[in-house]
Amino acid sequence: MKRHLLEAADLDRDDATLVLDTAAQIDQALAGREVKKLPTLRGRTVVNLFYEDSTRTRISFELAAKRLSADVINFSAKGSSVSKGESLKDTALTLEAMGADAVVVRHWASGAPHRLAHWVRGSVVNAGDGTHEHPTQALLDAYTIRQRLGRLEGVRVAVVGDVLHSRVARSNVGLLHTLGAEVTLVAPPTLLPVGVGSWPAEVSYDLDAVLPKVDVVMMLRVQAERMNASFFPSAREYSRRYGLDARRMGALHDDAIVMHPGPMNRGMEIAAEVADSARSTIVEQVANGVSTRMAVLYLLLGGSPQ
Amino acid sequence: MASSTQPARNGAPSVGDPSAGALLSAADVARMVDRMAHQLIERAAADAPDDDPTGLSGLVLVGIPTRGAPLARRLAARIEAFSGVAVDVGTVDITLYRDDLRRRGVRALEPTVLPDGGIDDRLVVLVDDVLYSGRSVRAALDALRDLGRPRAVQLAVLVDRGHRELPIRADLVGKNLPTARSQKVSVRLEEIDGVDEVLVTDGGVQ
Amino acid sequence: MNAYLIKGARPLGGDPVDILLKDGRIAAIGDSLAATGAEVVEAAGLIALPGLVDLHTHLREPGREDAETVETGSRAAALGGFTAVHAMANTDPVADTAGVVEQVWRLGQEAGLVDVVPVGAVTVGLKGERLAELGAMADSAARVRVFSDDGHCVADPALMRRALEYVKAFDGVVAQHAEEPRLTVGAQMHEGDRSASLGLTGWPAAAEEAIIARDVLLAEHVGARLHVCHVSTAGSVEILRWAKSRGVQVTAEVTPHHLLLTDACAESYDPVFKVNPPLRTDADVEALRAGLADGTIDVVGTDHAPHAVEDKESEWAQARPGMLGLEQALSVVIETMVEPGRLDWAGVADRMSVRPAAIGRLADHGRPLAPGEPANLVLVDATARASVDPAALASRSRNSPYAGRELPGRVVATFLRGVPTVLDGKAQK
Repeated sequence: MKRHLLEAADLDRDDATLVLDTAAQIDQALAGREVKKLPTLRGRTVVNLFYEDSTRTRISFELAAKRLSADVINFSAKGSSVSKGESLKDTALTLEAMGADAVVVRHWASGAPHRLAHWVRGSVVNAGDGTHEHPTQALLDAYTIRQRLGRLEGVRVAVVGDVLHSRVARSNVGLLHTLGAEVTLVAPPTLLPVGVGSWPAEVSYDLDAVLPKVDVVMMLRVQAERMNASFFPSAREYSRRYGLDARRMGALHDDAIVMHPGPMNRGMEIAAEVADSARSTIVEQVANGVSTRMAVLYLLLGGSPQ
Repeated sequence: MASSTQPARNGAPSVGDPSAGALLSAADVARMVDRMAHQLIERAAADAPDDDPTGLSGLVLVGIPTRGAPLARRLAARIEAFSGVAVDVGTVDITLYRDDLRRRGVRALEPTVLPDGGIDDRLVVLVDDVLYSGRSVRAALDALRDLGRPRAVQLAVLVDRGHRELPIRADLVGKNLPTARSQKVSVRLEEIDGVDEVLVTDGGVQ
Repeated sequence: MNAYLIKGARPLGGDPVDILLKDGRIAAIGDSLAATGAEVVEAAGLIALPGLVDLHTHLREPGREDAETVETGSRAAALGGFTAVHAMANTDPVADTAGVVEQVWRLGQEAGLVDVVPVGAVTVGLKGERLAELGAMADSAARVRVFSDDGHCVADPALMRRALEYVKAFDGVVAQHAEEPRLTVGAQMHEGDRSASLGLTGWPAAAEEAIIARDVLLAEHVGARLHVCHVSTAGSVEILRWAKSRGVQVTAEVTPHHLLLTDACAESYDPVFKVNPPLRTDADVEALRAGLADGTIDVVGTDHAPHAVEDKESEWAQARPGMLGLEQALSVVIETMVEPGRLDWAGVADRMSVRPAAIGRLADHGRPLAPGEPANLVLVDATARASVDPAALASRSRNSPYAGRELPGRVVATFLRGVPTVLDGKAQK
């Protein structure tokens, strides 16, 4: 493992598999226990540095760190004077002085975790940067797929929605490819980046044509405000062409699963009856997020490999 | 702890000359396991509650991975062969409880599997291949504490090589092997290594 | 007595000769010249070029003296072999009045290291709404001939047309920062494969090319001179080639960094590589080199853009665009054009001195190395190679994209009107 987890490309196939296996062992070790706490990272300090609101991601990392007995500091820079310019470096130096062993960073700017990694000695874990990557989300998604389908090699995954602005999509394309899955991106052309052709993924504009061929449908959150920038004409049209409703879900084969990184726009990209169906892994994804992040923290902080 | 509190210091089968760095053979290992199984049956009976005359239903053999796990399964199999009672077996991974992470770095986790009934109010016998510093056992005790509240915990090891760093001793020992710190003791088991034997080699840095 | 005898220099890379500078002019060129009282400058093996002229420099004064001043920027320019630089108008206050351009001009005179030629803003406050007093700036002591809103595009086509027409009255030229603003909202880097994976908002090549295409048509229509700043794409080169073939009075510039660096630099997320227009692809770099070689691109302009540390040591999106260029421009041209054989020394003199001086209508710069001409020249050791150390730069800022990179060429001496501003590679004041 590298010292930092900044993007999916930091994990080769062996590393990624090690994270998933470790998460599975942690899940197993904690299953049914009253005391869901391990002493592993006692005396280590994990800082959650959040420049952007994301309660669910912060809580997930916080729980993961606490279950490993690390000391956790939550540092929310959102809305304070600390959200501009060189303050990232100042903040980094402050965290350094406090002896942070790991900094979990969420930032609105793509690449901010990469910059941070230059300035701190501890490990940096990217908890989502701008429209770049969100590698632990991809890990928990891969973990969830493997848990449900028993494998990743050869699994066909459709990633549907606002790929252009999605860090979840970027990390998933990279990691799933590393792990041998086959990804198809489905979106209106306006929500695919110029240059998507260089990604290890197929591209389709037609959700109905893709659904019968996949094992996993991963729906991305689509923000209605994209409508105002003419990425699509209206929420209704988007939903009609790219939303996953009960009728479309019927086109999936029997074992196929439906995923969503949350938070969902019910009725926009995903219908309530789909989100609440037996195919949906949305609640599992949340639970798996904690064990996957425990595995990441353990592997990054446990010490350098023998 | 009731029953014999004396470790089997002089009770192990006499085989060869360990100080010469020689090995224990597969036959030696089998004999040691059989002997330990018998001792476990005796201990369980001596400590048996009223509703479990053999004491074996209350027994759980918990192996410490890697090699403690198959060892626990073998002991269970031999106990069943000798007594006709199937005893529960589990494993407890201690990786996340180690105190040497900073020094030794991360390692892959092993499974933790407990019998359906759990370990509460039962006699847990931790099983490991080699007892050395005692730190693994301490980590296992910490792990057990988070997993439940056994009636009692005992320790069975195939080989005790000495050089304890903590006040821990085994209740059952297959074989005491006096060694120098500079020596390396390797227990190899069929299930993992394809062969049963115990090696003592010189000069290896532990 | 103000005389220097340069021994054994090779004008435009030709045979070694002696050059005698006297009273601000080249007094003689020939073999084995002797002059009593003249200071001798040993120049065996050095290339002599006319003093370099930059059409595109940001000196930051007035307003951001923490990043650069006229004096520090002038020193950097002299060390880079320049004898004249055009100071862009995006200062604070903006150089959109005779008063501001005269202030900058006067500061340049006081520094006395290069001729600082102010560029006037096209529109008031660079806002793109109404024309600044272009005539007043032209008539001022600064004698402004180049007008630019650089940093901003004159996006309104009607306003651009009027600007092109209006400056004809005093033989001015509008230097356009070609960037269609609606296509580059929030843009951070070249839009392509790399922006897609880095998650940085793309700056499409079409946003530059669309403006250039529009502007060459406007220039043709009104018969005016147009200069295109920092051309960065292969498509732009094609449009310029087409326009020139039609006889449009258009000139164009390429920066050193666009000749050398690509969008691969952005993968580090180090904002020292953030610049506007952004670093492009290998194919664009190749087209720019070809365009500079065949003359489609007329000049190398540095777009020297100093920024304070806090404006660069930040998140990529938060950082200000721009990079230093004055001190390494010639080295980059040697690396990318001379050493590969795409431009000879006469070509370097043409693209870095003769043509930029002609575009800026500077009478005393970009002149031949000949007796009677103003003694503005630079001596270059083309064989020296050195690693760039930002801490050693004369600029007040440190945002050099070439840090740690080994580049060829060392400016040994620069003469401004016969007076050395640089000798032995050291600034003389």
